[in-house]
Amino acid sequence: MSVSPKLRFKTYLLISMLIVLGPVGDLLLGKGMRRIGPAADWSAAAILHHGFQILTSPAVCIGTVLLIGFFISYTLVLTWADYSYVQPATALSYGIVALLGRYALGEGVTPLRWGGIAIVCLGVLVIGYTPPRTTVPAVLEAPAEREAETLEPELESVHAR
Amino acid sequence: MLVEILLFFCIVVIGTVGELCVTRAMKIIGEMHQFTPAAIVSFIWRAFRVGWMWLGFVMMGVAYFALLGMLSRANVSYVIPITSLSYVVGAIGGRWFLGEAVTRQRWIGVLLVCAGVILVYLGKG
Repeated sequence: MSVSPKLRFKTYLLISMLIVLGPVGDLLLGKGMRRIGPAADWSAAAILHHGFQILTSPAVCIGTVLLIGFFISYTLVLTWADYSYVQPATALSYGIVALLGRYALGEGVTPLRWGGIAIVCLGVLVIGYTPPRTTVPAVLEAPAEREAETLEPELESVHAR
Repeated sequence: MLVEILLFFCIVVIGTVGELCVTRAMKIIGEMHQFTPAAIVSFIWRAFRVGWMWLGFVMMGVAYFALLGMLSRANVSYVIPITSLSYVVGAIGGRWFLGEAVTRQRWIGVLLVCAGVILVYLGKG
């Protein structure tokens, strides 16, 4: 029995959100934090001042909201999909962050670093091609799939509303 | 250099262990079937009654501030690829904490990630 198309759509939709929200959030955090720079020293006054600068930086705030959106999507998708299936699906995000860093922030990316990023993406994809579910014994598979099937009418009732 | 190692440790190790804790909590709560406001509120309520969720949140919070600290020092195209070392921690944690069987192919993927991170580090320029 295959997974219902609705469940598949729900999974792909959330994974696409992960791939967009994560890199753009990271990019905005990077943009904001690079402007602020590291804390001057470890005195209470310096740390307070640093914290204030972070809280009032629009780029850091928007980036944080996007990363919270990323975290919520991630958490939701993990309620029905395996961690070891979802994590590799975000492989592309490393390439996207590097491209955004290069073209949106004008960071200098050396050929060695591009090579490293490509190998990271490849490694993540290799991890992704391993069996997504290893913790559920064969006898438990059938009920899990039934659950996926019974989901369909429920989702339809949600869409009908 | 020492600060950098410490920050990366917080992002990679503490962040990933936090994710594993949240995953464990979500598996306890179970799949969300309905997306009505009442269902979402009830879901969040149940989520906050699982201890693993809180532990996971605190650890992910630490990782978040470490990420901010690291991004104030270095480029995103350097910092973010290095955080992919979380796959190494994920494989080890999945094996020992969630009881997942980590196949040989998955270990090969983990080794490739490590090799890529070393190149990113060397290419810091």
